[in-house]
Amino acid sequence: MKLYCLSGHPTLPCNVLKFKSTTIMLDCGLDMTSTLNFLPLPLVQSPRLSNLPGWSLKDGNAFLDKELKECSGHVFVDSVPEFCLPETELIDLSTVDVILISNYHCMMALPYITEHTGFTGTVYATEPTVQIGRLLMEELVNFIERVPKAQSASLWKNKDIQRLLPSPLKDAVEVSTWRRCYTMQEVNSALSKIQLVGYSQKIELFGAVQVTPLSSGYALGSSNWIIQSHYEKVSYVSGSSLLTTHPQPMDQASLKNSDVLVLTGLTQIPTANPDGMVGEFCSNLALTVRNGGNVLVPCYPSGVIYDLLECLYQYIDSAGLSNIPFYFISPVANSSLEFSQIFAEWLCHNKQSKVYLPEPPFPHAELIQTNKLKHYPSIHGDFSNDFRQPCVVFTGHPSLRFGDVVHFMELWGKSSLNTVIFTEPDFSYLEALAPYQPLAMKCIYCPIDTRLNFIQVSKLLKEVQPLHVVCPEQYTQPPPAQSHRMDLMIDCQPPAMSYRRADVLALPFKRRYEKIEIMPELADSLVPMEIKPGISLATVSAVLHTKDNKHVLQPPPRPAQPTSGKKRKQRVSEDVPDCQVLKPLLSGSIPVEQFVQTLEKHGFSDIKVEDTAKGHIVLLQEAETLIQIEEDSTHIICDNDEMLRVRLRDLVLKFLQKF
Amino acid sequence: MDGQTRLGMLHRLLVLFWPPPQTESVILSPLSFSIYRGHKIQHSDWHKEPLRIMDPECSRLLPALCAVLADPRQPVADDTCLEKLLDWFKKVTEAESSLLLLQENPCLVELLSHVLRPQDVSPRVLSFSLRLAGTFAAQEDCFQYLQQGDLLLGLFGEAGTLGWAAWNVPTVRSGWIQGLSSLAQHPSALHFLADSGAVDTVFSLQGDPSLFVASAASQLLVHILALSMHGEAVEHHSPQGSAWPTCAQKIVGHVEESLRSTAAPQVTQALNVLTTTFGRCHSPWTEVLWEQLSPLVACLLERDPIPAGHSLVDLLLSVARSPVFSSADCGLWETVAQTLSRLSPTQAGPLALGTLKLQHCPQALRTQAFGILLQPLACVLKATTQAPTSPGLLDGTLGGSMTVDALLSSKSACAGLLCQTLAQLEELHPLPHRPSPWPQASLLEAVVTILQLCDGSAAPGSSVGGRLCGTLAGCVRVQRAALDFLGTLSQGTSPQELVPQVFAVLLEYLESPDSSPTVLKKAFQATLGWLLSSPKTPGCSDFGPHIPLFLGELFPVLQKRLCSPCWEVRDSALEFFTNLSRHWGEAPTLTQQLLRDPESYVRASAVTAMAQLSSQGLHATLASPEHPEAEQGLLREFLNILSADSEGFPRRAVVQVFTQWLRDGHAEVARDTEQFVATVLQVVSQDLDWEVRVQGLELAQVFLTQKLGQPGHCPYTVALPEAPLPRLRPEVLRTLCQPWLLEFAFRALFDCDRPVAQKACNLLLFLRDKTAPYAGTQETGDSPHLDSMEAALQRWQAGEQGQPLGDPEPEAMLAVLRSLDLEGLQGRLAESSDHVEKSPQSLLQDMLATVDILEENEADCY
Repeated sequence: MKLYCLSGHPTLPCNVLKFKSTTIMLDCGLDMTSTLNFLPLPLVQSPRLSNLPGWSLKDGNAFLDKELKECSGHVFVDSVPEFCLPETELIDLSTVDVILISNYHCMMALPYITEHTGFTGTVYATEPTVQIGRLLMEELVNFIERVPKAQSASLWKNKDIQRLLPSPLKDAVEVSTWRRCYTMQEVNSALSKIQLVGYSQKIELFGAVQVTPLSSGYALGSSNWIIQSHYEKVSYVSGSSLLTTHPQPMDQASLKNSDVLVLTGLTQIPTANPDGMVGEFCSNLALTVRNGGNVLVPCYPSGVIYDLLECLYQYIDSAGLSNIPFYFISPVANSSLEFSQIFAEWLCHNKQSKVYLPEPPFPHAELIQTNKLKHYPSIHGDFSNDFRQPCVVFTGHPSLRFGDVVHFMELWGKSSLNTVIFTEPDFSYLEALAPYQPLAMKCIYCPIDTRLNFIQVSKLLKEVQPLHVVCPEQYTQPPPAQSHRMDLMIDCQPPAMSYRRADVLALPFKRRYEKIEIMPELADSLVPMEIKPGISLATVSAVLHTKDNKHVLQPPPRPAQPTSGKKRKQRVSEDVPDCQVLKPLLSGSIPVEQFVQTLEKHGFSDIKVEDTAKGHIVLLQEAETLIQIEEDSTHIICDNDEMLRVRLRDLVLKFLQKF
Repeated sequence: MDGQTRLGMLHRLLVLFWPPPQTESVILSPLSFSIYRGHKIQHSDWHKEPLRIMDPECSRLLPALCAVLADPRQPVADDTCLEKLLDWFKKVTEAESSLLLLQENPCLVELLSHVLRPQDVSPRVLSFSLRLAGTFAAQEDCFQYLQQGDLLLGLFGEAGTLGWAAWNVPTVRSGWIQGLSSLAQHPSALHFLADSGAVDTVFSLQGDPSLFVASAASQLLVHILALSMHGEAVEHHSPQGSAWPTCAQKIVGHVEESLRSTAAPQVTQALNVLTTTFGRCHSPWTEVLWEQLSPLVACLLERDPIPAGHSLVDLLLSVARSPVFSSADCGLWETVAQTLSRLSPTQAGPLALGTLKLQHCPQALRTQAFGILLQPLACVLKATTQAPTSPGLLDGTLGGSMTVDALLSSKSACAGLLCQTLAQLEELHPLPHRPSPWPQASLLEAVVTILQLCDGSAAPGSSVGGRLCGTLAGCVRVQRAALDFLGTLSQGTSPQELVPQVFAVLLEYLESPDSSPTVLKKAFQATLGWLLSSPKTPGCSDFGPHIPLFLGELFPVLQKRLCSPCWEVRDSALEFFTNLSRHWGEAPTLTQQLLRDPESYVRASAVTAMAQLSSQGLHATLASPEHPEAEQGLLREFLNILSADSEGFPRRAVVQVFTQWLRDGHAEVARDTEQFVATVLQVVSQDLDWEVRVQGLELAQVFLTQKLGQPGHCPYTVALPEAPLPRLRPEVLRTLCQPWLLEFAFRALFDCDRPVAQKACNLLLFLRDKTAPYAGTQETGDSPHLDSMEAALQRWQAGEQGQPLGDPEPEAMLAVLRSLDLEGLQGRLAESSDHVEKSPQSLLQDMLATVDILEENEADCY
């Protein structure tokens, strides 16, 4: 059993598990932090961005000044943003049988895999994962395609040149494999390969293994996966949450008794408590608006935004913000808000029960109805007519490199009355803000990451008791910025196996059993014999038939019957002409004292017993014979006296059971 | 059922739902009697204290009651009745001869004899009877009387209660012990105890599964020991143990045996008995006892683990506090020192604190105890700092490995030890004889480090520090304890270089989104402590050099906290701000918005804060500098809250603010005081919250005082020569007798809530006394005003609130005022609400009545 680790990002994993005869890809995360090295794509012509000076080497050589621009001491690539793909060279991805997706954030690299690697298998994911994943991809494609960039920089990627660049460009990994965003056509084609699954549904893969998605409590339709055969169980935990937010709670019980538990997608900000952060978010939002400023919340179009809107729904009246407009701007804003209301069976119990009232499960429906929340596909069109300040704007992309958020950063960045509040934990807010410096706008960082923290993980591991834990190496040591926080790492016994990008792990676990079925007629013919209370044995003679990874014992083939009038008894003896007369199988153990007594009774004298490490040696000194009794063998060593040997053998056999 | 019984029962019912304001209306409303002097109704005597405790009426009721108690088919309604009954009997026997009582009321002895047949009695009544018998037998003659019939032996002897099935009920065992405790008052009782074998039973009850019984058994042993030694100490001067009375020897022998036992519960029992003994008895024989037992106690220290550590600490402290040992050198201090060094840090802490609180303890021991107390903090400092900067804390605290182990063993152990230590040091800090030198700097450093460990901002160098950091991160309990202690430390002189660190860590907590509301509140309190204790320097502000910088950073944090979605946070931020604004001239602009907060507590705090700002003259600039009418707006806003807010807290806050404004002569009020008071009282009189109405009366009182001068004279001031009374000018009189004022006061007099009526009564008394000298200057006679007023008052008294007072002449008002029996009313209002059924007669009647009711109900069933 092997694990190929194609991504080094702990929360955007992409691993391939070879288990029995199957090759299973676990998630398909796309590392978008690479886009932070690029200049933002402004929706409206930005004189500031277009007039940034080109970057030149220390010696004044300016051959890169078309590709690289400098802003407040940082260097950015002036090109269409590119993403860092999972490893494609480590394993032949065309051999991947299935891809299991755990949540919509972890499927963003799917088109790269399904469309460009020769992949011919199936992708499994829940319906909300697919629908919201599609929205995220659609938004991404839209953000990038609607600002066409003539230039595509590639000179800087040259290894010799990259070495000369300042950090962080110099240290960027595998820049040669970075790719531009996929197209909508590729997205559609990739999504067409997905087969929808429901929680706890058992999916057979080639008869060899069974995979099952379980609720993971993190996002709408998010799942952990169990991959099991009859005697082995691998759990894949990715992006799980124990907090009570909108999704169905995490199913922990089903993870019990795993041989291997692959653990990814823990919280990225282990020191930030989501409750405290939500409070911080609300306080800063209200403070800014009351002081007449605008609030910008860079966010994804789905996920935490639902919870934020719910908090605000309860908060805005009490904070006197009823008259402040809330805008949600995304090409998929409308679909996201509406989708969230229709996936009732994927929601937590409270929200599910609302549907029966019937009420919309999320209160943002009411915010929209009362015109407190308005949504627009983009800043162009209706939005510009309705726009009024001060206001609160939710818009993407959280990297601040593309999407409508770029416009608002340019628009509001100059005033210290305004605030940008970062709630998505995926990007370093300082790096995200770098191309907008100098910035007068206030910046508040309240990352809301509801995924498991280390305390919860240690409780979870105690409860589900996996034999082995496998996790990204980041989880086996404290975060670099807080190297003394020994509590911010996975602490389990035996220590977790860690992996990094491009590692291949041999999972520490041997398969020992295989399930074989016995045909009923064969089973019928068996004559079990009880050798110990509760344990019966029978000998079987059969033909092992293996097909589709299923093993079946069938009755041995009957030979052709030359004549039909023979008696049954004869036929039976002829049925197995090739079978040798089988020696009976023996079982049991020989009690030495009784054995010696028996020997004495049969006329042997001068018997000596020696204890050995493995059992006993019975010495018949007179007969110059030695009987070695061990747990699973008995040897009678005598000199050419076959009669004696047979006599002794029969005495030994008296103590054993035969069948 | 007569009226009183009904009242009594009703009251008991009401006690369950205490304290709704209406409860008082039923029992206390002055409606039940007239308040007019002229035609006062004679009150019945039932509320008066009876002259003799056992009055004939009670004597008459007793046989019936005893019969009820003895009858198992008539269950007693509740235990409280029996308790009250017992209390009453105690009172009776304290005042009168028990023997006489029993002779006059033979039913009592019958009851006691009856319970000897246990199958007929409920455990409650049995327990009651045991205690009752003990109460009677406390007097020696009565004891002899009861002994004659072997009644006591039957009740308390081995052949008695002990053999019954009811003995399994803890109440019965408890009653048995309490009965014996009451009984054991005289030498005869001692003989009885010895002969009846009761002491052995008490020994076994020390391990009773019921904690109450076990504890009472220990107490009883101490009581018996003290009683048996009582006579001895007088005759001989602290005789040696072997010469002690048999009973005492038996008890001491039992204690010795228990101390030698290997079973921890036994040791605990022995230690508890000794602790109580040394705590209660301060005769010389206790010294002999200690001499005899201290070697055994010392032996306990050699065991591993030490059994009953907590009880051992209690014993040592009890001995050390006993005046008998204040001067004697009896090896006590050695034992304490040894115990301190042997006990685990958690157990040693209380002993160390107790030792440090002793006045007369040797200096070496104090040093050792203080070292133990400081050890956990020293460990924290050692684990987190590379080079210890403050030697004070680390000196003499060697052997901290046990402490380190305790700190690292588990999260709860670590938090428990640190919280205990911080609380103990906090307790020690204000004591005049606290250890000196007090390591203020090291303590500050340690507590700041703990706070940093708790919020994850510390960067410890050692592995122990790293583990501590992981253990303490986010631990709210420790955060609260540390912030409390940090606040306490502000009361000392701290090195200037540490103060910025303190403010930095406080700011971290105030800023951190992860600070829980309770932690935040503590952080606010500590911050206030440090701000106000900082040395004042002449210059730009009242505060020390660090303060302006800190305040500059604090201000945005405070702004943010005022917007928190959590109301507790908004409330504590406002409270902090209100306290701070007394000393500081800036105001967050958001305060006014919080007057409309959805949470009533926050609105109330906002009212106080805004009032504070307004008193500082800050409100005008705050609201809008260009609008001079801002202040006027605030008054309107407050009046609006007073009349419209749905919750009581903000309304109470507003009236309090108004009262304060009136006292201080706030500009807003001074403009037209009369109009102001009239408006406020008009609103207040309609308020449903009695506290608001009381506050309104307070406002009226202040108003009257300002018009008329201080109420009464301080009895200790030297009487000045009688100054001629200033002539009360007619316009003042007219002001005082404004209908709005008097109508408010009179209506309040009939208020269904007692505190309101009391306050109104006091107010009217004050007014009457102040205007008394002018009485009769203009006789009003039977003016129509007077008649209509009396009519109105009578209607109000009868509960009809509708009729207005009209607009009578001031003289008529004063006349009515004088005609009222305000003193009488004041006296009646001062009586507690349960004065009626406190009377024993009522109790007896109630108990009998309950049985009747139960019988009736039973009959209804068929």
